Amino acid sequence: MVRESEYLVFTKNLVKRFGDVVALKGVNFRVGYNEVVGLVGDNGAGKSTLAKILAGIYVPDEGEIYVKGQRFRRLTPQKARELGIELVHQERTLAEDHPIWRNIFMGREITGPLGFLRIKEMKAAAEKLLNEIGLKAIPPDTPVKFLSGGYKQGVQIARAVQFEADLVILDEPTIQLSISEVHRVLEYVHGLKKRGKSCVFITHNIYHVYPVADRFVIIDRGKIVAEFRKVDVTPEDLTHILVSIARTGTIPEKYEKINLLNVAGSN
Amino acid sequence: MGGRSNRSSHQATEILKAFWQHEVSKPFIAFLGLFIVSAVLSPAFLTPYNQRVLALQTAPLALLAFGESMIILMGSIDLSPGSTMALAGTVAAITFVHYKQPLAIAFLAGIAIGALVGFINGLLVTKAKIPSFVATLAALVAGRGMVLILTGGQPIVGLRAFGVLTMDIGPLPTMVWLMFFFTVLNFFLLTYTRWGRYIYAIGGNEEAVRCSGINADLIKLMTFTLAGCYYAIAGLMMDARLEVAYPWTGWGAELDAIASSVLGGIQLTGGVGSPIGPFFGAYVLTLITNVLILMGVNPFYQWVVKGIVLVVAAIALTRGLRYVK
Repeated sequence: MVRESEYLVFTKNLVKRFGDVVALKGVNFRVGYNEVVGLVGDNGAGKSTLAKILAGIYVPDEGEIYVKGQRFRRLTPQKARELGIELVHQERTLAEDHPIWRNIFMGREITGPLGFLRIKEMKAAAEKLLNEIGLKAIPPDTPVKFLSGGYKQGVQIARAVQFEADLVILDEPTIQLSISEVHRVLEYVHGLKKRGKSCVFITHNIYHVYPVADRFVIIDRGKIVAEFRKVDVTPEDLTHILVSIARTGTIPEKYEKINLLNVAGSN
Repeated sequence: MGGRSNRSSHQATEILKAFWQHEVSKPFIAFLGLFIVSAVLSPAFLTPYNQRVLALQTAPLALLAFGESMIILMGSIDLSPGSTMALAGTVAAITFVHYKQPLAIAFLAGIAIGALVGFINGLLVTKAKIPSFVATLAALVAGRGMVLILTGGQPIVGLRAFGVLTMDIGPLPTMVWLMFFFTVLNFFLLTYTRWGRYIYAIGGNEEAVRCSGINADLIKLMTFTLAGCYYAIAGLMMDARLEVAYPWTGWGAELDAIASSVLGGIQLTGGVGSPIGPFFGAYVLTLITNVLILMGVNPFYQWVVKGIVLVVAAIALTRGLRYVK
């Protein structure tokens, strides 16, 4: 018997439709406290849809979301942030012409008693934060458009750290990044784990998520089809499983006994 | 000794560099350059009378430009300033002349109608999901139609009391003080308030704004409404200047408002530009007409010169961009 309060985030039978297309078909997804979950699957599997529901951007048609044991029918972006859920999306959540500090504080600006912005305070906080996450050389006044892809991810993760997010959802954080930038993003994820935070790392590249994840959840055509603990599988196993799902829609039999969906008491 | 002079020259270079990188530097330089050139070209330019006329002509355009620039900063466009100013001026004049209401009520009625037009524009964009170009084009056409219906195509006279906006307070007319007041207000609103920063952010990346939990539709609605108020105040200024509510007031003014914004350094792609740039843009645009009149240039050529200046300004402002749409 699953107790929702044991998990930071827990979803029950989430369904999401876009017209005639059913993007999620009853998804039960969970993220533990201080856990990094690798959410993997092919393009169009429903990874980003699930992330957007958790971040309050999409409203599910059916199902429930539990956050720290609290039940919700739906979340709004504001509510998700209040609950400590932060979505980091490849470049899309940054205003490119705006400086780093404005992007970090967007929607949660520091204001004085008359409602005027405290610009100096925000710049100083942004500078401190950039130092903490290893972006020392970059002044907070720098417009985001001048940063490389890896640094942009860093700014978004800094935003999550600044506002003490408990769950950071990274949606395809390594797409179109160079090898060194991928390494940088993985360091950010390690940093989050060390701070006691949880993370959902969405990708279709097993080799990017494997070094940082504790558990892997495989989603296919709107359904979660398998879950594995890191200790039970290698990157090659996961690749083999994903290829099999793509070709035949099934998981090779030898992996079924370690699939957490089939292991009694683990789900 | 040498070290100290090196240090001060380094500091001067840094200050100049910071000024050049500031969003308002180019509009300010254009303003200063044209001011000097005009003073050289025409001896009448610097006379107090001409400067007063110039300031009175700039004031309503500056108000239109402030409203228009806020809309452009959000990545939208507003084609309704001219019609909205005419409608607001007409309603204020009717309230004062036909309904014999006090001046303050007439002014408030005018501003309220401007706010209403802006609010409807905002609703059409955010709720009916009509692109701002089309929504405000409808407001341009319908607004002018309303003015013609209300006035029967005839000017409304008897607005001497509106002269409260043109009378001097100290060295300057009231409406010029109002223009300075709104310049400062616009600066504070767009720089030091959340609302102002969200206007920029919507133009920069609306998706990012929505993902941040900000109610982008509400910001748009509020901004269109405020812009409508600005246009209405410009309409009252025009009534005051002419002492007549003329039904064709503001005909084509939307183009001057857009031109002033562009000359003021506001990028039509949204999200970039100084809040006070449109003030310089409006002044420069008015100054060009003013100095050409002083020089006795055929009025038909004035349009060509304005067009050329606009192209030159746009070229200066878009340097460094990889491409534009």
